[in-house]
Amino acid sequence: MDHPHAPSRSQPPKGALGGFGRPRAASALLDVRNLNVRFATPEGEVAAVNDLSFSLQEGESLGIVGESGSGKSQTAFALMGLLARNGRATGEVLYGGANLLALSEAELNTRRGAEIAMIYQDPMTALNPYLTVGDQLTEVLRFHKGLDRKAALAESARMLDAVKIAESKKRLTMYPHEFSGGMRQRVVIAMALLCRPKLLIADEPTTALDVTVQAQILRLLQDLRRDFRTAVIMITHDLGVVAGVCDQVLVMYAGRVMEQGPAEALFAQPSHPYTMGLLHAVPRMDQPHGSDRLATIPGNPPNLLALPPGCPFAPRCVERDTACLAPAPLTAFGEGRRRACHRPLEQLCDTDATAAPAADSAQASDRRVAT
Amino acid sequence: MLKLILRRLLLEALPTLLVLVTVTFFLIRLAPGGPFSSEANMPPEVMAAIAAKYRLNQPAWQQYLGYLADLARGDFGPSFKYKDFTVNDLVWAAVPVSFRLGLMAFVVAVVVGIAAGVTAALRQNSWVDYSVMGIAMIGVVLPNFVLAPVLALVFAIGLKWLPAGGWEGGKLIYVVLPVAVLCQHYISVIARITRGSMIEVLGSPFIRTARAKGLPAGYILRRHALRPALLPVISYLGPAFVGIITGSVVVETFFGIPGIGQLFVNGALNRDYPMVLGLTILIGALTIFFNAVVHILYGFIDPRIRIH
Repeated sequence: MDHPHAPSRSQPPKGALGGFGRPRAASALLDVRNLNVRFATPEGEVAAVNDLSFSLQEGESLGIVGESGSGKSQTAFALMGLLARNGRATGEVLYGGANLLALSEAELNTRRGAEIAMIYQDPMTALNPYLTVGDQLTEVLRFHKGLDRKAALAESARMLDAVKIAESKKRLTMYPHEFSGGMRQRVVIAMALLCRPKLLIADEPTTALDVTVQAQILRLLQDLRRDFRTAVIMITHDLGVVAGVCDQVLVMYAGRVMEQGPAEALFAQPSHPYTMGLLHAVPRMDQPHGSDRLATIPGNPPNLLALPPGCPFAPRCVERDTACLAPAPLTAFGEGRRRACHRPLEQLCDTDATAAPAADSAQASDRRVAT
Repeated sequence: MLKLILRRLLLEALPTLLVLVTVTFFLIRLAPGGPFSSEANMPPEVMAAIAAKYRLNQPAWQQYLGYLADLARGDFGPSFKYKDFTVNDLVWAAVPVSFRLGLMAFVVAVVVGIAAGVTAALRQNSWVDYSVMGIAMIGVVLPNFVLAPVLALVFAIGLKWLPAGGWEGGKLIYVVLPVAVLCQHYISVIARITRGSMIEVLGSPFIRTARAKGLPAGYILRRHALRPALLPVISYLGPAFVGIITGSVVVETFFGIPGIGQLFVNGALNRDYPMVLGLTILIGALTIFFNAVVHILYGFIDPRIRIH
């Protein structure tokens, strides 16, 4: 099956990737080119991330969206040099003229925590339970800024004030278990911001928190982004979070990019059935009564050790046909957008309006593929 | 704090000790033979006089109550075997010897064991790890009564570097072999516990946080990983300390060291009831004491279980 965007099967040239179609400015803060992450497991090599490319300007925010196992967290760990021992990252992560993937641990340590910082999924386990919050905050400043204990404590207290923790001086002498989940995440955020990083990677920063606290944390991140002009990579499975926070979006599935582009265009007109499925799975407060049954994407994310041939999403896709048995390369279209789908964009847009009850039409499309 | 110690003493330590005394008291009397059955050809009148002196002619429950009454005054009674000595005299002479030997072996075991375990954990699944753990496995399965003669054969009889036995007031040259034999098992166990818990801690999210903060690896190990990794080791050290001080039966017997272990063996063989009872109480009390010490140490290491 042919379609207007049918590309050659070979890899697109490097220059075509990254920057979401903008000419890649020399000023890009972070330029990720063809990032691949592989894990050696007893059952075989797992390709957790495949050919991921994007670039990020100063102060910009990127949302990386996907289900569990889509490779979004491993992308973050690869950028930070924090992959598990059996993991290996290849490609290029250009930051400040250096390829982070090629740096030694010591060279990486001058940037980690100082220029690039991270916030974690689970604030309950991200802090060391055996050290006071003050110890864990001040050590960052002492190593990166060379501050003495007194100055580091004063600066840490200021940062706790900035993330709206009351009685910050007293709080510094307390241990993590004396904080609530939301407060711990604030501490983690304060810790990440101590050195005013240029890039902040937030790995599902609100997943482990209850909804009211989620909103507070997101608002806090937005404020801090504005105040400190920090670029943010927000990793999440929640498209609602992305819509509120991000300039650019990258949708991942089974370690591959399904679709990427400016957030506004992507939400207005998703170009990939997976993105559509994710969007339909977000509860809407602005829809008329009667459509209150939440749509889901049928099936489960695939086992990365036994991926289906071709498009990895095909077995769960309401739009699939025989062409989907071949790999779908990432193709540029529109204003700085890219998609990896065989189905012509026009057809997807037509069906989008009716695709909401995805689970029902899945059976119909089963027959289509069987032929 | 004081209240906690008092509560532990009254509600836990004393009842435990009472049960221990009771069980031991009757159990040892169930063993065939008696304290004086090896002294053949004694006129029945003499036997009766001895039995009366040591209260052995009374019913068991009366002996038991009498023993408890003595015990309450801190008197462990006379030794049946060493007739001119009380158990108190003999034990207090032996305790410093065992304590000195045990303390040295304990320090060696802790230092070497933790260092080996951390080294293995940092190089997990490398040849360093495999050789450290291989040696440790041999250390766990190799009994004292094999290692002691082998070492004596090599270093005392073959190389003639060290004496094969004796104590001589604990001169260093006499201590080396017993300490080596005594600590090898504990080195192995401590190394294995340390490695396992260190690997677990190094894989935990807060270590990843520390790495993401750009802290140097050595600092992360010392400041962030060591304390949590040593918690399981410390809970093992309490009973291990008691065991290493009192349980050197084979080592003391083999090297002819006049410590508690030797007393214990002789006491059991000779049905020296008061001696065995006294030593059992001593070891029981030490075990309870060091478990309490570990409990308090835990609080210092882990703020989450600190006593307020």
